[in-house]
Amino acid sequence: MSHSVNDIMDVCLSAGELMLKSGAETYRVEDTMTRIARSFGMEIVHAYVTPTAIILSVQGDDPSETQTKLCRITERSIDLYKVTLVNALSRRLANGELTFAEMKRALEKAEKTTFLYPLWLQVVSAAIGSGCFALMFQGGWTDFIPSVIAGGSGYIVFIALHRFVRIKFFSELVAAFTIGLIAEWMVMLGIGERLDKIIIGSVMPLVPGLFITNAVRDLMAGDLLSGLSRGVEAFLTAFAIGTGIAVVLAIF
Amino acid sequence: MAVFVNVFLVSFIAAATFGITFNIPKTTVIPCGFVGMIGWVLYIGLFNGAHLNEVFSTFIASFVVAVISQFLARFYKNPVIVFNVSGIIPLVPGGLAYNTMRYFVESNYMDAMASASKVLLIAGAIAFGLVLAGIIPEILRRFRTRPTP
Repeated sequence: MSHSVNDIMDVCLSAGELMLKSGAETYRVEDTMTRIARSFGMEIVHAYVTPTAIILSVQGDDPSETQTKLCRITERSIDLYKVTLVNALSRRLANGELTFAEMKRALEKAEKTTFLYPLWLQVVSAAIGSGCFALMFQGGWTDFIPSVIAGGSGYIVFIALHRFVRIKFFSELVAAFTIGLIAEWMVMLGIGERLDKIIIGSVMPLVPGLFITNAVRDLMAGDLLSGLSRGVEAFLTAFAIGTGIAVVLAIF
Repeated sequence: MAVFVNVFLVSFIAAATFGITFNIPKTTVIPCGFVGMIGWVLYIGLFNGAHLNEVFSTFIASFVVAVISQFLARFYKNPVIVFNVSGIIPLVPGGLAYNTMRYFVESNYMDAMASASKVLLIAGAIAFGLVLAGIIPEILRRFRTRPTP
């Protein structure tokens, strides 16, 4: 059962691509790719992962057969279910429970899985989460409903805009702006009391908490390039949210 | 009762619902809520109850969150990141970041810089807690497998 180096690299790359696109940590992607290649008998494996590209170099039994491939990553989002799927696949592969063909098929299937939760449930969760955060940041119960409305509509705007305009910065800015406007109106109408608590709670679904922590973790692990670029990504998101809110605050 | 609803229940729901927006596996929604709740209760207890420093309370809370996440990850056979992310979301300094932005808009640069540096410190504390909890099992493993002379 020997497969060509080329085929094995394709499987490694599609696993790595799937994980990186879904928001996995850099070291985990490198680790998984190396482990998959090793389990197919490759001797020397080098995986170099940055948030925008994966480089994989593999050498089999024959030293003259070294190959290097590059995979470009253009889009990153958070989909932890896919990370879990690929992780479980690589573990089963290491235990020898999967053959090459099965692994390939399972990866293709994992790539096609959609979100576990329907869109309305995601929006409702984001909305209720926003309301809870307004309460946690010392808002009163009068601020709960306004945050639910503002947070939910902000999240809808973010998802809808992101489908049409593939620029994350822009959709985040507009979403934050919408949240600010709705929160202002709510307070003007007398439905909510504390404007700042409502806004803080409502922008929480957009806040790049995962990116910030991943960035610092990459930096500490020595993946300097990944750490810096993830940090820049997080900073851009925070900047977009801040600008959107600041514009509203400046208008009123 | 009021404390139970305002602190425990609210943070549980917040962490679990945010997990859903990150598309975590269905079996982990409730555990993720618990991790988030523990982190937030610890933070509030240390900061408001024991009057400790904000940064230090965040560090302790994120460390405990990360340790619990390691155990849960092993138990549920899922990557640690699933539990980590939902757990630290309540600790993220969103309120301070908002205040920073507001001070900047109001041209109050002194207060803006002060709260901006606090945001950085708290973000660093969260990450440091996570990293420390990730390193400890590795150190233990190394000690255990060290060949006896």
